[in-house]
Amino acid sequence: MTSTEVRLPVAKVRVPVRTRAGELRAIKIVWQRELIRFSSDRLRMLTSLTQPFLFLFVLGSGLSRLTQASTGGLSLRTFLYPGILAMAVMFTAMFSAASIVWDREFGFLREMLVAPVRRSSIVIGKCLGGATVATFQGILVIAIGGLAGVPYNATIIFSVFGIQLLLAFTITTFGVMMAARVKQMQSFMALTQMLVMPLFFLSGAMFPVSHLPAWLTVLNRIDPLTYAVDPIRRVVFNHLDISPAVRTSLDPGVTWGGWHVPTLLEVAIVAIMGLIMLGVAIAEFSKTE
Amino acid sequence: MTELITTDRPTAQLAVSVNGLEKNYGDFQAVRGIDLSIASGETFGFLGPNGAGKSTTISMLCTLVTPSGGNAQVAGFDVVRQRAEVRRNIGLVFQDTTLDGYLTAERNLRLHAELYGIPRGMVNDRLRQVLDMVGLWDRKDSKVSTFSGGMKRRLEIARGLMHSPRVLFLDEPTVGLDPQTRSSIWSYIRELKQAEDITIFLTTHYMDEAEYCDRIAIMDQGKIIALDTPEALKASIGKDRVQIHTDDDAAAIAALADQFGITATVAEGAVTFGVERGEAFIPKLFAEFPLPIRSVNVARPTLDDVFMSYTGSTIRDAETTVAQRGRDAMTMFRGGRR
Ligand SMILES: Nc1ncnc2c1ncn2[C@@H]1O[C@H](COP(=O)(O)OP(=O)(O)O)[C@@H](O)[C@H]1O
Ligand SMILES: [Mg+2]
Repeated sequence: MTSTEVRLPVAKVRVPVRTRAGELRAIKIVWQRELIRFSSDRLRMLTSLTQPFLFLFVLGSGLSRLTQASTGGLSLRTFLYPGILAMAVMFTAMFSAASIVWDREFGFLREMLVAPVRRSSIVIGKCLGGATVATFQGILVIAIGGLAGVPYNATIIFSVFGIQLLLAFTITTFGVMMAARVKQMQSFMALTQMLVMPLFFLSGAMFPVSHLPAWLTVLNRIDPLTYAVDPIRRVVFNHLDISPAVRTSLDPGVTWGGWHVPTLLEVAIVAIMGLIMLGVAIAEFSKTE
Repeated sequence: MTELITTDRPTAQLAVSVNGLEKNYGDFQAVRGIDLSIASGETFGFLGPNGAGKSTTISMLCTLVTPSGGNAQVAGFDVVRQRAEVRRNIGLVFQDTTLDGYLTAERNLRLHAELYGIPRGMVNDRLRQVLDMVGLWDRKDSKVSTFSGGMKRRLEIARGLMHSPRVLFLDEPTVGLDPQTRSSIWSYIRELKQAEDITIFLTTHYMDEAEYCDRIAIMDQGKIIALDTPEALKASIGKDRVQIHTDDDAAAIAALADQFGITATVAEGAVTFGVERGEAFIPKLFAEFPLPIRSVNVARPTLDDVFMSYTGSTIRDAETTVAQRGRDAMTMFRGGRR
């Protein structure tokens, strides 16, 4: 031991015992890695830049020719805006979560799993990383809100930002939870397609959620995404200059058997879902073969 | 918060101690009760064909896989009950690469330093030191995906050393590399032994590499079949290996048994047997053997002969049967690992 010290004075690294600071350092580096990966992936950046425009303007403008009458003069783009925001965030978050499947396929996951830190730190770092990347996407959509007829107003910007941040976290957690079980990229992608599309279409991102057929109402109320889209829409509509009649028909709010679900509860549902799934994901990753 | 462990190093302690370790995957017994003790500072090799259970054993020692039976201590800590302590004290180079190809070499090492909580003030020096050791300092800013197989392996060794582990596990450190790169990896490993106070536990299925180890365990089908220094293992054979090519192997084996009382088998496509003083036996063989001999080959005992004397097949033959077994198994467990 002494001879080593003489020859290599800097070699005396000893890994410290597990401390809270150590866990935070691990969370931070796993989070940072997600950001580095995202910022060095030009193609992914480009996709995330163009997709919201595509949906908002191509879909919004195209469909509005059909629906002018029923929106009471409100641009369909404005109506679709909350849904498009939720979708953009959702896709980016799922894509980030998919990186854990890649990490497994390329072996890097093992480097993280064998490190002397809690598995929960790795999972939390991943989820926060994915949520941050998805939030970039969300900020972009918030930034182009003006083009969809959404006024730039501090309340809208901050509330929408908060809700989409929460959504980004919950969806990433959902993806990470699935990635614990689904070990091949192909299956993960297939499962994503199978789950994300219905979640999106059922959520009311594309239609007002009142006066729906009974079966659709039930499915809509079960869909967690509903509780993220609805508050965003409410915040936006609060600041639109439209008649109360149009407001009620386009932004009826989510009801449970006639009872209006308050915004705070909706947000809490999204948050609680996220926390539950985070717990499941941590438990899954803490298992060993 | 940054309290360092400097006194948890019991002297004269075993680096690795394994008792009756087992691992079952369903009905399949990948590791069937092995015992081992490795002293601090030793270079210990696990030699065996693909599918012998080497990686599974390493995974158990590294806390990644829970044993089905038995117990093991690494650096004095139990691999099941004290996972975190074990992890702090080991370095790992897996059989398959675990680098992040999108990041630079330096970033990969810094990420490791963060995960292992290496004190910040030491990271730069240590980074330089390990990269110098494997000759990659000038490539530190390159993305790992641009590295060759040998460079990646060297980088992984450097990374495994970043936190000065007490035991370094190397799972097939040279597999898939060309002979020149293999020997350069070995010179890094030997240098490392001089530079760092470390125990090395490695696996290989290359016979020649096992010779670099202080002691080796020969593993086959989940069991350790021999364990000693390479010299002692070879000496235990005492016989040279003779291989002859004939037109009729079955007749040749019968003739050897009749005339010389030698038991021979077919290995690597030739009639193979062991005799003492092989060079003196050959003239006798040519004079008295009833069948035409197309060619003959005499070799001093190698570890392959040791393997053969314990298992009845050469390691290469064992690989092909295992490969077959593996394919059968693959259809049973869809997916799994490579
Ligand atoms: N997760 C697993 N599930 C089922 N079988 C496995 C698993 N991991 C390894 N095996 C089997 O265990 C045996 C030993 O594998 P391994 O330890 O990788 O051998 P080696 O490293 O010596 O080539 C092989 O037959 C392999 O197919
Ligand atoms: Mg192996």
